[in-house]
Amino acid sequence: MADIADTGMASAPARAETLKTADGTPLKAALAHAAKRARRRAFLLVAPLLAFVVLTFVAPIGQMLYRSVANDGFSANMPNLVRWFAENPETEPDESAYAALAADLALAAEARTIGVVGTRINYDVSGTRSLFTSAGRRAARLEAPYREALLDLDEEWGSPALWSAMRAASAAHTPNFYIAALDRQVDPEEGIVSVPEDQRIYVPLFWRTMMISAVIAGICLLLGFPVAHLLATLPMRLSNLLMILVLLPFWTSLLVRTTSWMVLLQSEGVVNDVLVSFGIVADDARIQMMYNQAGTIIAMTHILLPFMILPLYSVMRTIPPSYVRAARSLGANNWTAFWRVYVPQTVPGIGAGVLLVFILAVGYYITPALVGGSSGQLFSNMIAFHMTRSLNWSMAAALAALLLGAILLLYWLYDRLIGIDNMKFG
Amino acid sequence: MKKTLILSTALAGLAFGASAQEITVMSWGGAYTKSQVEAYHKPFTEKTGIKVISVDADNPATPIKAQVEAGNVSIDVADVELSDAVRLCDEGLIYPIDAAALPAAPDGTPATEDFIDGALYDCAVASIFWSTVYAYDDSKFPGEKPTTIEDFFDTAKFPGKRGLRRGAKANFEMALMADGVPAEEVYDVLKTPEGVDRALAKLGTIKSDIIWWEAGAQPPQLLADGEVLMTTAYNGRIFNAAAAENKPFVVVWDGQILDLDLFVIPKGAPNKEAALEFIKFSTDTQRLADQAKWISYGPARKSSGPLVGLFNDGKTEMAPHMPTAPANMENALLNDFEFWADYDVELSEKFNAWVAAN
Repeated sequence: MADIADTGMASAPARAETLKTADGTPLKAALAHAAKRARRRAFLLVAPLLAFVVLTFVAPIGQMLYRSVANDGFSANMPNLVRWFAENPETEPDESAYAALAADLALAAEARTIGVVGTRINYDVSGTRSLFTSAGRRAARLEAPYREALLDLDEEWGSPALWSAMRAASAAHTPNFYIAALDRQVDPEEGIVSVPEDQRIYVPLFWRTMMISAVIAGICLLLGFPVAHLLATLPMRLSNLLMILVLLPFWTSLLVRTTSWMVLLQSEGVVNDVLVSFGIVADDARIQMMYNQAGTIIAMTHILLPFMILPLYSVMRTIPPSYVRAARSLGANNWTAFWRVYVPQTVPGIGAGVLLVFILAVGYYITPALVGGSSGQLFSNMIAFHMTRSLNWSMAAALAALLLGAILLLYWLYDRLIGIDNMKFG
Repeated sequence: MKKTLILSTALAGLAFGASAQEITVMSWGGAYTKSQVEAYHKPFTEKTGIKVISVDADNPATPIKAQVEAGNVSIDVADVELSDAVRLCDEGLIYPIDAAALPAAPDGTPATEDFIDGALYDCAVASIFWSTVYAYDDSKFPGEKPTTIEDFFDTAKFPGKRGLRRGAKANFEMALMADGVPAEEVYDVLKTPEGVDRALAKLGTIKSDIIWWEAGAQPPQLLADGEVLMTTAYNGRIFNAAAAENKPFVVVWDGQILDLDLFVIPKGAPNKEAALEFIKFSTDTQRLADQAKWISYGPARKSSGPLVGLFNDGKTEMAPHMPTAPANMENALLNDFEFWADYDVELSEKFNAWVAAN
């Protein structure tokens, strides 16, 4: 709107002067004024929603992204040393550096922030947290020469790795959390290198999450397609009844459904008991269906199935049965009519369902935490670990940002390959 | 008119909120929270009129950090593990507590001497000793029964699933002890990369049989469901399942790992004064002894020891079920909080990578 009004004004200033409204203002100006008012009113109408989205969505995500590169645990609490690093780039720590360090240790111990400082350095050089806390306890009694005094406390204070970590941490912003989230580390000599194979965790877990999510989306499609078709073609009364069967679990709490699966799947559970009583498996060889990948896939498939059925159903309802009949009458066999005529018309529903299930699955964490054991853990469980156990929120934020990036990438790919406007959610 | 009505109602609400005081205490849930409600919360409300609201978390240290950093603290008192208490204190997330202000023992011994060594810290007051042990269901072992920490890792001798807490803490120590490292050398060995590899290798021998648990209430459930043959657990949970619910669970004390639970006050707690009153009240000699009526955790005061009597069923003698009982201490390890404060990040990473690798 704005563009049209503006270019109109700019391109024809001469004519605007000739046309005037009843009260003498130029018509163009009056129109622009009216359009502006309408725009403002429209904006006011969406303002509550906009404010809501900004407050509850954009701001927290922005804050999370910021946290993934910012950690001022060291820089905010060690002012003297930070100043020394700024004034002496590229120099080895000398007596004045140690003096600054000793002053800051005393300061941080006094302010009870020494743990924050130690924790920050400990992320990069492990085993150094107590170096800080124990030195903090004695920092007030340290005397010059500080270098010797500190090295007397612990020789680790002379370690080049520690000093390079402190120098890096003296900036409040760091890419280190992203580097760690990609299973890399900073080597003082070689730059960014991969961590040893047995310590790689996030990248393999990321691919596993993608793989499991794809499998779940695939199974949901296989199971959901016939159900949606049945719902769409049955008489209204029957299909409404069936619809309730789809929606009832959909409305049940996620935790209730997950724990129900635990009751069913555990080795002394219902499914195994039935199999044993029919003699299909031996009592001492019960099948392990839970606390592994199988448990995650089974429970999540069930939980996410409605997200596949509903969009499929809404698309299938709009497909006139006459198309398939026409195909049959023109000589197509059952399969051809289905594959060449029916399925292509359901693609918007398939796209929406698969994308919805896949994206939801990628971010799942409660269900894998409860039934996933170790092989059924997903990427989100690692985020939860850093949020709630290791309390390294910067790391959690970096991992979450990577996941967000991956989803946006997939969304973009989907748009390029199939087209987002070709998707129908319901 | 309407406005004044609303305003006066709001004011009345405020006034009411101020007079009927209450505090929020966060703990670990299940039988443990129940023991605290019976031994501390109820008598405290009776004595002071201050209501105690009890909330639970898998590990209360986490919500404390979250709440203090967000500047929106709703917890007044929290019950945390030793390494977390020290860490929270170092990071300035909890208030200092003056140990000298705690009540003296009945015989006049000041609190600072009455508490067992290592039970008082700048910002935290210990209430109990608890321990990570392993336990099994007696009905599943008609023949030979497991007795040592080695047996837990011996799936050839006792084939079946094993329950373990998901995390590095306690598992690494137990693995090393099962691998023949004496308790007093465990942390020295674990400081070396070879020691960590050794612990992981030992855990690797049972990896395909491990079922991970996270909340303290899970292990008794896993045992009762027959999901695991043996599981590590907090000793009090197993005791309660056995004594109060008549489950045939047996605790193996060999290789137990002792730890403390401590009361802390998060910085910015809405009712700091009442919180301090609560801690003073709850950690006096009688209260600590009373808690043992409800769960088998050892009181942190020396003077409470002789007062510990029977379980609340009126027949089970508590003393032999305490982790601190001499017979149970023969091969026990005291959790080294400084070690975990230092190496938690590194070992957790190694542990996570190990768990995730197939």
